[in-house]
Amino acid sequence: MSEKVKVSIDGITIEVEPGTSILNAARIIGGDIVPPAMCYYSKLEGSGGKCRTCLVKVSKGSEKDPRPMPKLVASCRTAVMDGMEVQNITSPEVKEARKGVVEMLLINHPLDCPVCDQAGECHLQDLGYEHGSEATRYEFERRTFDRIDIGDKIQLHMTRCILCYRCVYVADQLTEKREHGILGRGDASEISTYIEKAIENDFSGNVIDVCPVGALTDKTFRFKQRVWFTKPVEAHRDCPTCTGKVSLWYKGEDVIRVTARKDVYGEVEDFICNTCRFEKKNTNDWIIDGPRQISNRSVISSNHYEQLAPPPVVRKNLALQAANKEEFERATKH
Amino acid sequence: MGRKILLEHINVPGINTFDVYRQKGGYRALEKALKTMSSDDIVEEVKKSGLRGRGGAGFPTGMKWSFLAKPEGKARYLVCNADESEPGTFKDRYLMTYIPHLLVEGMIVSSFALGANTSYIYVRGEMMPQIRILEKAIAEAKAAGFLGKNILGSGFDHEVYVQPGGGAYICGEETALIESLEGKRGNPRIKPPFPAISGLYNCPTVVNNVETIAAVVPIVNDGGDEYAKIGIGRSTGTKLISASGNLNKPGVYEIELGVTVEDFIYSDEYCGGIANGKRLKAVVAGGSSVPILPANLILKLANGENRLMTYESLSDGGFATGTMLGSGGFVAFDEDQCIVRNTWNFSRFYHHESCGQCSPCREGTGWMEKVLHRLEYGHGKLSDIDLLVDVSKKIEGNTICPLGDAAAWPVASAIRHFRDEFEWHVTNPKEAMERNYGLAGYADPLPKPEEVM
Ligand SMILES: Cc1cc2nc3c(=O)[nH]c(=O)nc-3n(C[C@H](O)[C@H](O)[C@H](O)COP(=O)(O)O)c2cc1C
Ligand code: SF4
Ligand code: SF4
Ligand code: FES
Repeated sequence: MSEKVKVSIDGITIEVEPGTSILNAARIIGGDIVPPAMCYYSKLEGSGGKCRTCLVKVSKGSEKDPRPMPKLVASCRTAVMDGMEVQNITSPEVKEARKGVVEMLLINHPLDCPVCDQAGECHLQDLGYEHGSEATRYEFERRTFDRIDIGDKIQLHMTRCILCYRCVYVADQLTEKREHGILGRGDASEISTYIEKAIENDFSGNVIDVCPVGALTDKTFRFKQRVWFTKPVEAHRDCPTCTGKVSLWYKGEDVIRVTARKDVYGEVEDFICNTCRFEKKNTNDWIIDGPRQISNRSVISSNHYEQLAPPPVVRKNLALQAANKEEFERATKH
Repeated sequence: MGRKILLEHINVPGINTFDVYRQKGGYRALEKALKTMSSDDIVEEVKKSGLRGRGGAGFPTGMKWSFLAKPEGKARYLVCNADESEPGTFKDRYLMTYIPHLLVEGMIVSSFALGANTSYIYVRGEMMPQIRILEKAIAEAKAAGFLGKNILGSGFDHEVYVQPGGGAYICGEETALIESLEGKRGNPRIKPPFPAISGLYNCPTVVNNVETIAAVVPIVNDGGDEYAKIGIGRSTGTKLISASGNLNKPGVYEIELGVTVEDFIYSDEYCGGIANGKRLKAVVAGGSSVPILPANLILKLANGENRLMTYESLSDGGFATGTMLGSGGFVAFDEDQCIVRNTWNFSRFYHHESCGQCSPCREGTGWMEKVLHRLEYGHGKLSDIDLLVDVSKKIEGNTICPLGDAAAWPVASAIRHFRDEFEWHVTNPKEAMERNYGLAGYADPLPKPEEVM
């Protein structure tokens, strides 16, 4: 094994394998110093470098060559060097540039969150909330596209797309025939399939999971429920095609959606097949592993049973406690 | 008279054919290189010559060549960038049309120096006639034994192929060009790795401009030292300038680096002054991507000295008062031209040509174009001017490839130097639609620099 290299990000030092990207080093540290990443996806080769939200400042190149890098760099595609010093949230320059990038990503976005199935688990929403400004300076008509059905299970709502190319890499790397790509150039670029053909492949549904926004959505889940009213549990089944490890999203007793298991960065644990995703929507298709951990920063957690621990106001009020007896018992069982 | 080394024989009838080119001393450099020099010798001569890339960035060619990785058992490639699409630049097309064998000879010699057995000339797709001319020249060279196996008994095998371009400005960016050459969508790659390590088909690759490769021929013929005698300081040799705009004699000129801008515009040897007896208002000195300068700043440096046509002198003063030599696309604007309209036109181009990979360029170029359009057509607001500056700053330096910068600089510089004119478009929208702002103070002599105590 080769020597580890030392890198410091916002003053926190860590040792990582050589060749690790700044972004992944930051993710090992975790917390607020992790740059937001809208296009990089560790499981998709070649991804990253495009959205520019993960820009950071390298204030010291390495021990050998301490010169700072002249421009901000995309942390997802820049490897760490021994002795490198990186500034993310401690650099006003980075914050300013990131604000600019977020603004750019939003100027042509329809901001139709109230009717978008992705709302609540949309990375653009989070990004805008954390790094954007309240008002837009863009006063022109926004770009729109027609909705396209990619097969009968997936819908492409190009107007919401941020052109992160993740779905293109999925189509390229998980499916054997490449029928899905980018047409057009510049801000007229659009994701499309060859003459709007359905991508017929066992793994095509993964484009839904990698899409950071509501551009690729599951038609079987369309308008069924806001995600924060659903309850995710982890489950698995013996699947001949994929690992069968999924998250089931319940509304009451019904499984209304199946997705891969995603981490806080929106990255799936394993890609899943279309049979698991679209065909297995009965609880008895699955073996339940337990409730899904949801970050308490996510709106989904607002309805999660683990969070149902009585809020302070209720805990102190005996009358309210009595009225919610049943819920409390269920919540405190875990 | 300045020395001509690329275009010396350009007026000889039939110089585009192999026979006449050969009679005029053509393919001498190839014979000299293959028979008497090692590849390292050639790289050394190119280093000594001080030749810098003529495609825009001005990177020293000898240094670029010496960075080329040479792993065992892996092919190396030379790719000639003939995608020339920068508004205001048309020198490569001229060279390829009238003296194609100079490029072909340069390709063979350079490939020998780099150890590349296959090389490509990636020609802008719209230049169909030039593609045919080059193919004919290559066939002639091959028939004469200058291409193919074991050229002149040196043991060096070489083939040159012409590839029509993908039809986008962005395919001129070297990594996008490589992608396009591989048959993919012309999106710039994310660097590193640089082409010198992993370029075409993941092999070490050098990408050079047409003029850069052509200049290798005189360098090999006369030696790097001889070439370096022309020019001033680190700007050695001659440069083709595509002169256009309101000039008496627009065209392609070969200049010795170091002539004054004033001479270039006004002397009869070159552009012969501003057309129709008008006065000069502004100049874009190196193709649409470089900052525009008002007449007084393009002619004189901030310290009052004459500005010269060299890499250093044109960029003197940084972006505050300078510009860049770029690809040598020299566009002159007379007093009747509207800077706002021109800026809008440029930004329209960059909006159209952005590949759309990275968010600041994809979205920002369109935004700037829309705001500029509004200003030009009399619906602008005063706050738009600062908005443009801010948007251009958000793009500059934050993108994958330099197209983002190239889109930001013309806008930022136009506002830096011509803010009054932008404001006038807002405050007098009706007038702005009917007439131009005119010369204002843009051609006035620069104020005397203050004595520093
Ligand atoms: C958007 C863009 C367009 C470019 N177009 C051209 C071009 O048409 N011709 C060219 O020679 N270089 C062009 N370049 C520069 C090339 O990337 C590269 O620097 C050049 O071919 C290197 O050759 P040189 O070292 O001989 O100048 C372009 C660069 C950018 C960013
Ligand atoms: S559709 Fe989604 S995954 Fe595909 S490029 Fe657009 S935002 Fe990215
Ligand atoms: S800067 Fe523009 S042209 Fe260059 S990669 Fe980004 S989007 Fe494409
Ligand atoms: S995540 Fe790094 S550029 Fe998009």
